[in-house]
Amino acid sequence: MNLFKWGLRKAPAVFHAGASACNNCDIEILDLLTPRFDIERFGMTLAGSIRQADILLVTGVANRKIAKKLQQLYAQMPAPKVVAAIGSCACSGIIFRDSYNVGTPVDKIIPVNIYIPGCPPKPEAMIAALIKALNSL
Amino acid sequence: MSEIFKAIILYFIFPGFLFTAVAGLLSTWIDRKVTARLQWRVGPPWFQPFADIIKLLGKEMIVPEGVSAFRFVLIPVLGLAAITLVSTMLWMVVIGGSSFTGDLIVVLCLLIVPSISVILGGSVSKNPLSALGTSREMKLILSCELPFLISVFTVIMRSGSILLVSITEYQASHGAIAGNLSCLLAFAVALICVQAILGYVPFDIPDAEQEIEAGPYIEYSGPAFAVFKLTRAMMLFVLPVFLITIFLGGINVMTWQSVGWFVLKYVLILTAIILIKNTNPRLRIDQATRFFWGPVTIVALIALMLQFIGVKI
Repeated sequence: MNLFKWGLRKAPAVFHAGASACNNCDIEILDLLTPRFDIERFGMTLAGSIRQADILLVTGVANRKIAKKLQQLYAQMPAPKVVAAIGSCACSGIIFRDSYNVGTPVDKIIPVNIYIPGCPPKPEAMIAALIKALNSL
Repeated sequence: MSEIFKAIILYFIFPGFLFTAVAGLLSTWIDRKVTARLQWRVGPPWFQPFADIIKLLGKEMIVPEGVSAFRFVLIPVLGLAAITLVSTMLWMVVIGGSSFTGDLIVVLCLLIVPSISVILGGSVSKNPLSALGTSREMKLILSCELPFLISVFTVIMRSGSILLVSITEYQASHGAIAGNLSCLLAFAVALICVQAILGYVPFDIPDAEQEIEAGPYIEYSGPAFAVFKLTRAMMLFVLPVFLITIFLGGINVMTWQSVGWFVLKYVLILTAIILIKNTNPRLRIDQATRFFWGPVTIVALIALMLQFIGVKI
């Protein structure tokens, strides 16, 4: 249905999953809610519960311990779902990729729709990427 | 046959569901926009609440394991049906002048049903956080109903009637009920209680997003959550309308001037609610109970006593 797609584009709810990140990307995500960037202009709100989320923001390398939880989180999310890997860690694992506690990259654990590299990425980059991801649905 | 048809139109379209839903969603937009402006943000566009509801209607609905899907879906609809009925009854007083003995009591009972549906919905969800939110919602409703009912008793005592039509007529001939000291106190108490019934800050204890995520709504997704959201939005319209009907001179839609007065009164109450919401931190549940059963109930009782001994200020 086109109307539902319009609704999804205009009112996505964002859920933030910190998969063992260093908190740098998390702080930049919080920046999105501040008066300077204000993603509520685009109708995006922060969802408290994964059941009400449309976009899953993953930050961090998702090590062996968190991988199972991330899969659970993805399974608990209602369709249609969008996953955004935020930061270079979530995109490629960078310097942690050979570490003993990092099993597989995020996009091997759950399907990722959009990659936003940067350490941390700028809030503008995140907004642009999320809008692109929603428009591609 | 035409009677049934008329009743269906009244319930589902004009003063009932469709009208209340549109008015309620627009009020939610005003709330979100004013909140955003108070925080120096731009805020959402005007169609935002509509887009939210449409999006949720198109999402997948997940029923938790071991929960009866029928019950899970029926519970939010219960609250929606009740609040629609309240709205229809309040507006029928205005447009049709139709009322029956004790309809004020019926309205008061039906106003609790959305909260009860939240309590039931939280209980069937089988989630520890929703159980926590449910227990808080129960305590909050128990706390705020007492002063709310006492303040409504003050109105009943003043107008000497439990008919919404008679209360409106009394105000047409004697001036607004909130125009004297005792009922002004009662009105202030009712306004604070409405804040709690709506579940707004400082009384958003049941669905405190920062501590228990979404409280009773935590397992709700898709259309069922949309119904809960719509019920909340409609309450934001219906409760101020109820306050205007019994405290602020009733509603009259005969002339454009009186429609303007209604809009002005509604905007004033809405602004008060939004300002209280944006200038207060959230209370703990024990603080809220102490607040409602302490100072607020005492003020409500003072209002009732002033009315009883007949202070005419």
